[in-house]
Amino acid sequence: MTRTADVVVIGGGIHGCSTALHLALRGLKPILVEKDYAGRHASGVNAGGVRQLARHVAEIPLSIASMALWERIEELVGDDCGFASHGTVLVAESEEELAGFRARVEDLRLKGFTHEELLDRRELKELVPAVSDHCPGGVVSRRDGAADPFRTTQAFRRRAVEKGAEIIEGVRVSGLARSGSAWRVETSDGPIEAPKVVNAAGAWADRIAAQLGEPVPLEVIAPMLMVTSRLPEFIAPVVILRSRKLSFKQLGNGTVVIGGGHLAEPHRDENRTVLDWPKLAISARTVWELFPVMREATIVRAWAGIEASMPDEIPVVGLSTTSEGVFHQFGFCGHGFQLGPATGAVMAELVATGSTNTPIDGLGIARFLPDRARPARS
Amino acid sequence: MNAADLASTYDLVVIGGGPAGLAAAAVAARAGLSTVLFDENPGVGGQIYRAIASTPLKDRAILGDDYWAGEALAAEAGASGALIVTGATVWSLDPGLGVGVSIAGAARLIQARRIIIATGSLERPFPIDGWTLPGVMTAGAAQTALKAQGLVPDGCTTVLAGTGPLLWLLAAQIVRAGGKLDMLLDATPGANWQRAAIHLPDFVLSPYFSKGMSLLQEVRGRVPVVRVDGLKAVGEDRLREVVYRAKGREHRLAADLLLLHQGVVPNVNLALAAGVTHRWNERQLCFEPVVDADFATSVPGIAVAGDGAGIAGGAVAAERGRLAAIAAVRALDPSARVPDAQPIRQRLQREERGRAFLDWLYRPHDALRRPNGDTLVCRCEEVTARQVRDTARLGCEGPNQMKAFLRCGMGPCQGRLCGLTVTELIAAERGTTPEAVGYYRLRPPVKPITLGELASLPKSEAERKAVER
Repeated sequence: MTRTADVVVIGGGIHGCSTALHLALRGLKPILVEKDYAGRHASGVNAGGVRQLARHVAEIPLSIASMALWERIEELVGDDCGFASHGTVLVAESEEELAGFRARVEDLRLKGFTHEELLDRRELKELVPAVSDHCPGGVVSRRDGAADPFRTTQAFRRRAVEKGAEIIEGVRVSGLARSGSAWRVETSDGPIEAPKVVNAAGAWADRIAAQLGEPVPLEVIAPMLMVTSRLPEFIAPVVILRSRKLSFKQLGNGTVVIGGGHLAEPHRDENRTVLDWPKLAISARTVWELFPVMREATIVRAWAGIEASMPDEIPVVGLSTTSEGVFHQFGFCGHGFQLGPATGAVMAELVATGSTNTPIDGLGIARFLPDRARPARS
Repeated sequence: MNAADLASTYDLVVIGGGPAGLAAAAVAARAGLSTVLFDENPGVGGQIYRAIASTPLKDRAILGDDYWAGEALAAEAGASGALIVTGATVWSLDPGLGVGVSIAGAARLIQARRIIIATGSLERPFPIDGWTLPGVMTAGAAQTALKAQGLVPDGCTTVLAGTGPLLWLLAAQIVRAGGKLDMLLDATPGANWQRAAIHLPDFVLSPYFSKGMSLLQEVRGRVPVVRVDGLKAVGEDRLREVVYRAKGREHRLAADLLLLHQGVVPNVNLALAAGVTHRWNERQLCFEPVVDADFATSVPGIAVAGDGAGIAGGAVAAERGRLAAIAAVRALDPSARVPDAQPIRQRLQREERGRAFLDWLYRPHDALRRPNGDTLVCRCEEVTARQVRDTARLGCEGPNQMKAFLRCGMGPCQGRLCGLTVTELIAAERGTTPEAVGYYRLRPPVKPITLGELASLPKSEAERKAVER
């Protein structure tokens, strides 16, 4: 039997679940198809950073819109998602680096973005007393914070269902094709027909795009994270570095999550990753130097979630260039968790109305297509 | 031995120095493979032959012939040319046969051409009310103290409770060593006989039969034994009373020490972390790796020998280790001389005889495996049975989702003390099987390491260059 819906959303990460929720809030009937379970991959096991700081300019409007939703997340999804706002601090490790940060903050101000503030040495020490003395300053985004990723994704999933979305887990999309005025999405549990389709398939999204004649240079990545046993509270904000790969946060229960983008070896067809210990050792040495208090901390677990990265390190958000009624929402390059709430809202707006007021120029799939395939104006 | 002294590559890395690991290392090294055996304890022997070279209990009657059989195995491995490194914790094993190991606070990554996991078994969780109170220990911990330090319960009121052959063995060993056991509470379900009886003929013909009978007789002659079908530990600050139900009546017994045991299960953490396929064993109520006749797993190059491949005891473990090592030698050097596998397989068969009877007879009680109410399930994160059951009823389908909701299994023990309980509770609440529910996805490090140890890993060429520049 062929099922029908207003929209088929492919992928049950935070992006697919958020889009399904916002579609349902607009009165549409979405069916979300997820091959494993909601939040199984990057959305459920990422570092949980809710960060506006240090983003590519093309993403900033989405990020700012998302921050507004994070600040009322309980109202939106019926769960506080463990969201706590203690800011994110980008630490400079040299005067030279700090000068670069200063230039960026000034440039952002000229563009009208004021969420990033420069910190001098004293201000940095006040916010992050445990940081090593060699750091001359940094940048803070005060409204940033962190949330519990799996809980958040599940909260979006649950609220989407409450609002009328159907979510089918353990079902794989095998293909999609036009069927009259609708799209016919073939799944391992039978076909679904809908006039609109959202491709939020994460590390598997290139396969959907390829079927639509939009091959993209998606790289499957698996950023590694590790967590320590509980330590006395010593740091409130999330700390990130620029010249070395590090993100660092202490959770409410005292454990410290260490990440920053060193990559494991991903095996997307087996839902499996193989950790790269020499790279985790680099993270350990960075922490050793930056936070001497951490030297005797115990690492209890390390892991990596599978996701998609694009060559320019910003996502693909917007309309398909080849297939009317299809929308792309993937390739968040290791920093899509914070963007989930607003990107879902923007996608729902796009699906329902054909356009959005949130600037997403620069995120279209056309940037990866050969010139001849590009429409006159994207 | 320092971590820095290890070679970067070995033909065979054996993880665990119990009977399976010792036997495997001996066969492989004698056949010419470069072989290293890592064991995290101060000496080899594993749990069964713990402290075989150093135990203060020199009267051989106390620990018995089955214990002292470990001496020959340890000597064989020691003389084989295998490098045996004790105090070495293996914290990572990947499907490409990379091994992460820590020795004396320094870590190294080495490469193996073949792996034999011989990490043996651990005690099945015994989640009853009060099992986390001071004064309540596992029987295994008591046996460790006995073998390694010659310590026995003495001068306090001690109760041993649970089920399984090791319970009786420990009782006998404690008494022989001059310890005091006030009561043995036998929680073996009476109904088990129905399923065990059919396997009785095999059992009678097996080496277990006469050993088992004399052990039962010895213990019954010296310790009061009571059949129970309900058990809890009671006390505010520490154990004060053991409360048990016998013949439909509740009894209270003032006690200082309660030793719990309801069988052992394969220690699957390292194999799971390496991606080895496991399955549920309904007879032994645990997960075990899927292995072939040579104990090779689903991951090429990785074998699991010993009790880690399914509980069968020390003698079987050694034979399994030999077979796994012969297969490793044949794969790497077909011309090398190895022992004939046929007689080993025959010995294995003989030893395995009678196992079905023991498994069915000592299958622990449902109520002692699947607790209710406020009984703690996950000790590290303090998660109760009620929380797990409620969350399963709300729709949580598996232990990995449960981890995310309740944090159970996310503490330093990585689920060793709650994994089976959580799987069985979810299966019970959702009306499905443990096989369908599955187990925690295990994340390395399989044993915790300090940030400093991890930072001590030698730098890669690329990283050194980056620093010089």
